[in-house]
Amino acid sequence: MAIERVGSKVFKFYVPLAAYLAFLLFPFYWMVNTVFKSNSELYNMDLNPFYVHSPTLGNIVSLFTETIFLKWMANTFIVALSATLISLVTSLLAAYAIQRLQFKTSGPTGVAIFLGYLVPQTILFIPLAHIIFKIKLWDSLWALILTYPTFLIPFCTWLLMGYFKSIPKEMEECAMIDGASRIKIFRKIILPLCMPGVLSAGIFCFTLSWNEYLYALAFISSTAKKTVPIGLVTELVRGDVYHWGALMAGALCASVPVALVYSFFVEHYVAGMTGALKE
Amino acid sequence: MDAISASEQTNRLTGLRHRISQALENPTILGLLFVAPAELLLLFFLAYPFLLGLWLGFTDTIVGREGHFIGLENYQWLLEDPTFWLTCFNTFLYTVVAVIFKAVLGIGLAVILNRDFKGKGIMRAIVLLPWIIPTALSAICFWWLYDSTFSGISWALMKLGITDHFIDFLGDPWNARWALIAANVWRGVPFFTIGLLAGLQTISPDLYEAAEIDGAGAWKKFRKITLPLLTPLLTVVTVFSTIWTFADFQLVWIITKGGPAGATHIFGTLSFQRAMQGGQFGEGAAISNFMLPILVGCVFIAFVFLRKED
Repeated sequence: MAIERVGSKVFKFYVPLAAYLAFLLFPFYWMVNTVFKSNSELYNMDLNPFYVHSPTLGNIVSLFTETIFLKWMANTFIVALSATLISLVTSLLAAYAIQRLQFKTSGPTGVAIFLGYLVPQTILFIPLAHIIFKIKLWDSLWALILTYPTFLIPFCTWLLMGYFKSIPKEMEECAMIDGASRIKIFRKIILPLCMPGVLSAGIFCFTLSWNEYLYALAFISSTAKKTVPIGLVTELVRGDVYHWGALMAGALCASVPVALVYSFFVEHYVAGMTGALKE
Repeated sequence: MDAISASEQTNRLTGLRHRISQALENPTILGLLFVAPAELLLLFFLAYPFLLGLWLGFTDTIVGREGHFIGLENYQWLLEDPTFWLTCFNTFLYTVVAVIFKAVLGIGLAVILNRDFKGKGIMRAIVLLPWIIPTALSAICFWWLYDSTFSGISWALMKLGITDHFIDFLGDPWNARWALIAANVWRGVPFFTIGLLAGLQTISPDLYEAAEIDGAGAWKKFRKITLPLLTPLLTVVTVFSTIWTFADFQLVWIITKGGPAGATHIFGTLSFQRAMQGGQFGEGAAISNFMLPILVGCVFIAFVFLRKED
């Protein structure tokens, strides 16, 4: 009886779970596996390609010495951080106003911002490129810093509106009776209380900006201004020559910051994701 | 005299300050002020480009030069272009097949993770990885995994005796389509899983216990309890996934660039190729505009459902 139950649990639970994990983790395994192989090993199909026979750091070294990988990382970081800050500040103000101040057009404003979240970048990049060209921001990191908030603000505002809903109104009302101004209430009561929400929103903004590809590909052309994913693909694939080892090393190294942020704030991330879906 | 004007000035200044702080107590004024930065940014970089895109589709604009109104010429041209029709087919295939697989696999994993077991938190964190890691970077990895001569998948299949040659994943149109769909499914399953897991956790265990007493099996419990209660959330998650899959760009662009010979273009990649590489902004915008009816439909469904939930 007991053995039968264990057997059924293995079959119904551990086997499927293992299959899922294998499917979801295999590409990462393949990435890491490739990074530590030498070229001669990489292109020798007589060897089993699923493990590294003679590990080498050659790919990582050539990534850092033959490309300006660190410069790309810095670009990505600057853009992601600036876009995140802009989005957080503007969304925080907007979400508070829409959710709590209940001014005349707060309802339609909320709806309009929500709709913005549903407009994909694929539709916007051509007219945006036209505008960027006209306001002379072509091939400048500013083009990215100013356009990333368009997909960050709607999401953040939405997420923070949900958060404000959960803060009891009584606190504000009490402070108001005591004669505090609205600005003071926002600064002294609301801001400290909504910090967890801001943190969730910030993590989302940062990872989304770090991951952005289309705008960076469309608006940036000089090598020194590229973000990581764009730089890797354009500089490490020359004609028919693919530097697979260095490419995988780049993909791995560029994933690390996101993975780090994520691992520290998993709970916030999941809370933000599910919270946004429920709102 | 100086003293008088000075005190008058301070009076006026404090008066002004007073009036400003008074105005800031008015919820409408403060509200509009708070909303303004976000609205201005979205107006200039989202609403305006959106409308400009509609307009560009009716012009012969090329990169860096203003175009003229040419009516429906871009659209007529596209409808006569076999590549465009293939792109429509690919986009629908990609979206429908990938979303179905993501939904089924996502629900399956959510149900598995909904059990209580040791290391549940870590499992959940690992499961989200494909969603977290920049898609462009995992796409590079898939590109390499689909290499025609050094693919580990081909190697393993050959060792297992399933095939006797290296599979040309990206050189054959249908292989390339399935390869792209597989990569998209891989990336999108975690979104369904984590999204639905939140919904599963709110279903009361009493319901399952009652069903068990009535003799319901696992499949029946899933069909009669889990699925109906999950439907609202499942709809929202599916709509979002559909929009993103339909409007995808980077996976396809990195892995195949729309190739071989244009066989795997979807709307996003074709418009990028025509507009950014070919310089034909008008034509590119027209391709993007073909996406709008579908997107509006999805947005409408999302909206109706979200409203109902309130």
